[in-house]
Amino acid sequence: MRHALDQNVGVLRRMFASKLSGIFNILVIGIALSLPAGMYVLLQNAQGLVTRFSGTPQISLFMSMDAKAADVDKVRKQLEQLPAIERVEFVPRAQALEQLKQSSGLADVIGSLNQNPLPDAFIVYPKPSQAAALDGLRGDLAKLPGVESAQLDSAWAYKLEALLKFGRILVLILASLLSLALVAITFNTIRLQILTQREEIEVSKLIGATNGFIRRPFLYFGTIQGLLGGITAWLIISISLLLLNHQLAALAQLYASQFALHPMSLGDSLTLLLFSMYLGWLGAWLSVARHLSQIEPR
Amino acid sequence: MIKFDQVNKRYPGGYQALKNVSFEIAAGEMVFLTGHSGAGKSTLLKLIAAIERPNLGSVLVNHQNVGVLKNRALPFLRRNLGIIFQDHKLLFDRNVFDNVMLPLQICGFDYRESHKRARAALDKVGLLKREKSNPIALSGGEQQRLCIARAIVNRPSIMLADEPTGNLDTEYAHEIMAIFKSFHQVGVTLLISTHDESVLQYAGGRALVLKHGELQP
Repeated sequence: MRHALDQNVGVLRRMFASKLSGIFNILVIGIALSLPAGMYVLLQNAQGLVTRFSGTPQISLFMSMDAKAADVDKVRKQLEQLPAIERVEFVPRAQALEQLKQSSGLADVIGSLNQNPLPDAFIVYPKPSQAAALDGLRGDLAKLPGVESAQLDSAWAYKLEALLKFGRILVLILASLLSLALVAITFNTIRLQILTQREEIEVSKLIGATNGFIRRPFLYFGTIQGLLGGITAWLIISISLLLLNHQLAALAQLYASQFALHPMSLGDSLTLLLFSMYLGWLGAWLSVARHLSQIEPR
Repeated sequence: MIKFDQVNKRYPGGYQALKNVSFEIAAGEMVFLTGHSGAGKSTLLKLIAAIERPNLGSVLVNHQNVGVLKNRALPFLRRNLGIIFQDHKLLFDRNVFDNVMLPLQICGFDYRESHKRARAALDKVGLLKREKSNPIALSGGEQQRLCIARAIVNRPSIMLADEPTGNLDTEYAHEIMAIFKSFHQVGVTLLISTHDESVLQYAGGRALVLKHGELQP
């Protein structure tokens, strides 16, 4: 075992001897991978926003500004009798204003208002079985007396979700193309390595080396190059996120809210590294399969 | 050990290198292969190592028809052969010691054992003191001896040497022949091609004479 290691270390050392071109290769792989992977991380963050807000769809029912307490009671009773509705939550206008103050970071602006611009509201939670008929339900509720308007709260989330689906396809296309590029880069690097070591390969074949023995160091090289490229991509993404978050923190402070981009999860990081290793291995394998058979001793 | 039966070899382009060659070499024999240059000596040796394949006839090595051997099996045939190439085929990107280590690494010998064997092989050809040198710094005779050390390091039962004394002066040539003789004495089968009559006289032994691809009686 130690011997096999020794042998491969020797070959790998010779392969990595051309440092500069090696570093450039790894950089190219890293940048190529960081584009789709970085976009994926941003999408994940956006996805986080969507799921945070769109768990179960709700309908917000806004009373007209001049509705009396009696009107509100009447609507509440009607709502509680509707079979399609699971439960109803009443938000008095004063409470709504308070919530707005706390959550949006517009405390200063709201404080300067001399009257409450918000109406009384109900938050209606439809039964899950009603998912398909939500729009009809919203129309019915809007027609109740004293109700100014009814809004399907999750509508924007659905729109964003649709947008994210578009983004995901974009990432997928980008990732496929750049993965191909990575395989091509490795293919070519290994081709050059094989050419420069042509003599050694020829002699090895003459004195009884199996194809597996000759192939192995090239496969290792491709895999290691892929891994180093993956690490580079990970660093590019992590450092970019760090820089972005630094700037975001300043921005979020202006709005008195807390928002930060999440870094790559452990699982995603591992996937990135394993995937880049696999691609490097694949490129090397294809190259070796293509070029080693052309070197036959004469 | 080695048996040629009606072997014909024609290269692409029509050049007939060997015509109806038949002979047999017993285990432990030392046989010389002579003839003018272009007579087919190198081709004959290449057929034994399955570097080339015959068009007709069979080449048996250890009762195995190497002419029809699958590519997958070739490495294991060649590990049994110690081949000394006309052009040495040394690797100049590593030192003398690592050149001799290569066959051992290929066969997967363990670290300690392979070091021991490589030293022993270098000692046998008198290059132990040069183990750290680059082969390019060696003289022609030393390079030839290094090539021998690499061929014997995994102790093959058959040795093939293609013009091992090709461009050496007589004194060096006899030195090399003395090394071959010592292998012969420990039972190795040797087939040595040469066009040098003085070597033949010095070493003795059977000679196969090739002329335009045909074996002379």
